[in-house]
Amino acid sequence: MAEELKVIVFKLGEEEYGVEVENVRTIERMMPLTRVPKTPKFVKGVINLRGVVVPVIDLRERFGLAPSEPTNNTRLIIVAVGNIEVGLIVDSANDVVDLDADKIADPPEVVGGIKAKYLRGVARIGDERLLVMLNLQEVLNKNEIIQLEAIEE
Amino acid sequence: MGQDQYLSMFIDEAKDHLQALNENMLELEKRPDDLDIVQGIFRSAHTLKGMSATMGFEDLASLTHEMENVLDQVRNQKCKMNGFIFDTLFKSLDALEAMVQDIVAGGTGKADVQEIVSSLQAIFRGDTPVSAAEPGKEANSDMSLDQYQYSVLQQSLDTGHKVFFIRVAVRDDCVLKAARAYMVFNVLETNGEIVKSFPTVEDIEQEKFEKIFSVYYISKLSEEALQRMIMHISEIESCEVASLDHEKLKQLASVKAEQAAGQSASGNDGHRGVADSHPNQARQNVHVNRTIRVDIERLDTLMNLFSELLIDRVRMESLAAEIRRNDLTETVEHMARISTDLQNIVLKLRMVPVDTVFNRFPRMIRDLAKSLDKKVELVITGADTELDRTVIDEIGDPLVHLLRNALDHGIEAPADRMKAGKPETGTIYLRAFHSGNHVFIEIEEDGRGINRDKVLKTALKKGIVTQEDAKKMSDDDVYQLLFASGFSTAEKISDISGRGVGLDVVKNKITSLGGSVTVESQAGKGTKFSVQLPLTLSIISAMLVKAGAETFAIPLTSIVETNIVQTEQIKIVQGRRMVDFRDSIIPLVQLAELFECPGAANEEKSEWEAIVIRKGEKYVTLLVDTLVGQQEIVLKTLGNYLKKVFAVSGATILGDGRVALIIDPNAIIK
Repeated sequence: MAEELKVIVFKLGEEEYGVEVENVRTIERMMPLTRVPKTPKFVKGVINLRGVVVPVIDLRERFGLAPSEPTNNTRLIIVAVGNIEVGLIVDSANDVVDLDADKIADPPEVVGGIKAKYLRGVARIGDERLLVMLNLQEVLNKNEIIQLEAIEE
Repeated sequence: MGQDQYLSMFIDEAKDHLQALNENMLELEKRPDDLDIVQGIFRSAHTLKGMSATMGFEDLASLTHEMENVLDQVRNQKCKMNGFIFDTLFKSLDALEAMVQDIVAGGTGKADVQEIVSSLQAIFRGDTPVSAAEPGKEANSDMSLDQYQYSVLQQSLDTGHKVFFIRVAVRDDCVLKAARAYMVFNVLETNGEIVKSFPTVEDIEQEKFEKIFSVYYISKLSEEALQRMIMHISEIESCEVASLDHEKLKQLASVKAEQAAGQSASGNDGHRGVADSHPNQARQNVHVNRTIRVDIERLDTLMNLFSELLIDRVRMESLAAEIRRNDLTETVEHMARISTDLQNIVLKLRMVPVDTVFNRFPRMIRDLAKSLDKKVELVITGADTELDRTVIDEIGDPLVHLLRNALDHGIEAPADRMKAGKPETGTIYLRAFHSGNHVFIEIEEDGRGINRDKVLKTALKKGIVTQEDAKKMSDDDVYQLLFASGFSTAEKISDISGRGVGLDVVKNKITSLGGSVTVESQAGKGTKFSVQLPLTLSIISAMLVKAGAETFAIPLTSIVETNIVQTEQIKIVQGRRMVDFRDSIIPLVQLAELFECPGAANEEKSEWEAIVIRKGEKYVTLLVDTLVGQQEIVLKTLGNYLKKVFAVSGATILGDGRVALIIDPNAIIK
C-alpha cells in the first residue's frame, strides 16, 4: 500500500507545484514586508505573522524565474522544515489534492528552468494535470543559507 | 484538580518552607537564645511534616518529625542550641532539599537519612557531644510526649492505673544490649503497656542507643515490684522507676501548644506567652510568596497575541476616525488605554525579584566560611529588585562565583584581619538596585584588595600582556586582566577556586546576557565587583529612526548622543567621511547608504539628524533621515532561516503591526 500524501497545490506562472500539507503551517494573503538589507535578492524581507517574525522568500526569484508583481491572487505559503519557518510567495494557491507517493516520477532534467535538485518529482493528476512536487529541504537548503551568510561577510 | 497539581503546589510550598527554615536557622545561629526564631523554625518544620505526610512522602515526613522533636526541646528550653545541633539541623535541611529536588525530578523523594536521623535522635536523648559526658544526669527532662500519648497517660491515671517513667541503664560491659533491652521490654509488656520509649523500639532493636533507654509505662504493679523484675535481668546496671501523678505528668510532657490549638494548653503557658509576644515577627520569618508558576512559553504566546491586538487597535482607531461617531471614538480610546495598561502588565509578568537567586547565598557563605575558617557577614540589600526571568535563570552561577571569589581571595583569615587593624569578621555586601534601564548587582568586601603587582606579574608570566604594555596600564586595565581567560592569582588550589574555572567564564556569561562587569579595588581596603545587567532580554529601550521609508530601531544602550551634523562639517580623511566629536575625529556612516534603503534623501541635504553610537571606546556617527523617538520594543529573532544578517540583531513589531529591524551597532563599528 503506497503512502497517501495530501498536497497543497500552488501556481508559479502556468506551472502547478505541490508541497506536502504537513510542511504547511498556514496560507496567508500578501502582507506588508520589511526588507532585510544585505540578504540575497530572493529574500523579500520579513513579515509579522501574528507576533512572530517570519522571513519571506520569493519562489520565482529563488528558482530564477521572471519576477512578477503581486496580484490579488498572490499568497504566502508559510512552510516549516525542521526548525526553519519561511513564507513562500506564490502566484496563487487554491487546491488540495490526494496523491499516492509512488505516483511521483523522478524529476526531469529541466523543468521550466528550475534546477532539478529543488524538485522531488512530478506527479500526474487525472489525464491533463502535471504537479511538480517541491523538495522543501533543498529549497530551504542549509548550504544556501551558508552562502547567504557568506554574502554578508 | 489532579494529583499533579497538588504535587506542584507541594513542591512550591516545600521550597518556600525550606527557604524559610534555612533563613531562620542562619538567623538563629546569630542569636541562639531567641526562642521566637525557634518557634518559627518549628512551625515551618511542622507544616512541612504535615504536607509531606499528606502527599505520601514518608521519608520527608519522618525526617522532619525528628527535627521537630529536637526543635521542640529547644523551644521548651530543655536543650540549648550548640554547634553540633546546628550542623545536624543544617544537614537535615540539605537532606530535605535533596529529597524535594528528587521529587521535582519525578522521583519518590526517598533517601537514606539514617545517619542524620540517628544524630537527631542522639540530640533528642541529650547525647550531643557537648552534653554527652553526663548522659544520665539530665534525668527525665529530655523526654517529651505528643498530645495523643499525653492524653493516653492521663486517661490511664483517671481510670486508676499507675503511670511510670522508667529509666534503665545496661552495664558498660554488656555484650548484647539489644537483647537485654528486649528482655526488659518483654517483662514490661507482660505486666502492662509501654506508651512510648526513647529511643524508639526499632532503634533499640538495632542497638542504636548508648546504654540508657527509658519508657512511659502503664501498669497496675507497684514501683518496687517493677524495679525488682527489671533488675532481675542480668547485665542491667540500674533501673529507676518513678511513679507519675497528673501534676508530674504535666510537667514532664511538653505538649505541643500549636498542635493543641484550642485545647487546654496548660503546662506551658510561659512559653506560649513568649511566642505570642511577637507574633508578627514570627509570621514575617515564614513569609510565603503568594505566586503561581507559569510556563514562559505561555507568556510568550500571551505577548504575541497582544501584538495582534495592538494591530487591531491601530486599525480600529483609524476606522473610528473615519466613521466619526462620538461613542465609537470614546470606546476605542478607552480600549487603547486599557490595552496599554495590559501590555505593561504582560511585560511585567516576566519580572522576578532577584531574591529568588539571592536567597541561597547566606547558606552558601556560611558553609564556605566554615570550611575556610574565616569569619564573615553577608549583608544583602535590594533583594526585591526585579529582573527578567531569563536573566535571573542565568545570573546565579556568575554570582556564586563572584561571591566565592570574594570570600576565598578577598576576605582575610581572622588573624590577618586583626593584624591589619580590621574587625575579625569580614563583611560582604551584596547589593542589587535599578538604575535607568539597568539592574546593578554589586559584590563588595572589606578584604585585602587586589594586589596590582601580583596580577601584573602573573599576566606577564602567562604572556597575557607584554612588558611595555604593563608599564602603561592603569589600575582599571590591570583589574580587567583578571577576566582574561586562563588567569588565576590563587597561589594554592583550594576547594573553592583554582579549579580552572575563572572569572573569564563569569565575564562571558554576563556579556552574553548583554551586561558588563567592572572591578574597583583598593589595596588593604577591599574590592568591589559591579555587574550591570539589562532589565530584560526581551524588552529594550530603543531609538526609532527612519532611513528612506524604512524604520529601524537602535538600542539605547549603545547610543551616546543624538545631534545634528551640517554637511560642511563632514571631512574626508583618506577617502572616508569623518566628523568631529568631542575633540576627536570619528567615522561617519550614512544608514540609508549602508542598508541601501530605497527612497533615501540624497546627499544634497545641508544638515542631517545624527546618532553617535559606541562600542567600547570606539565611536561612529550614524546619519539618518529622521529621528522618530524613543520607545520600548519587544525583541524578536529573525528566525532560523536568517540567522546572521549583517548589522541586524533582530526585529521588533511596531504599533502599526509592521516589522522594524533592530540595528546591531557593534557590527557597524569595526
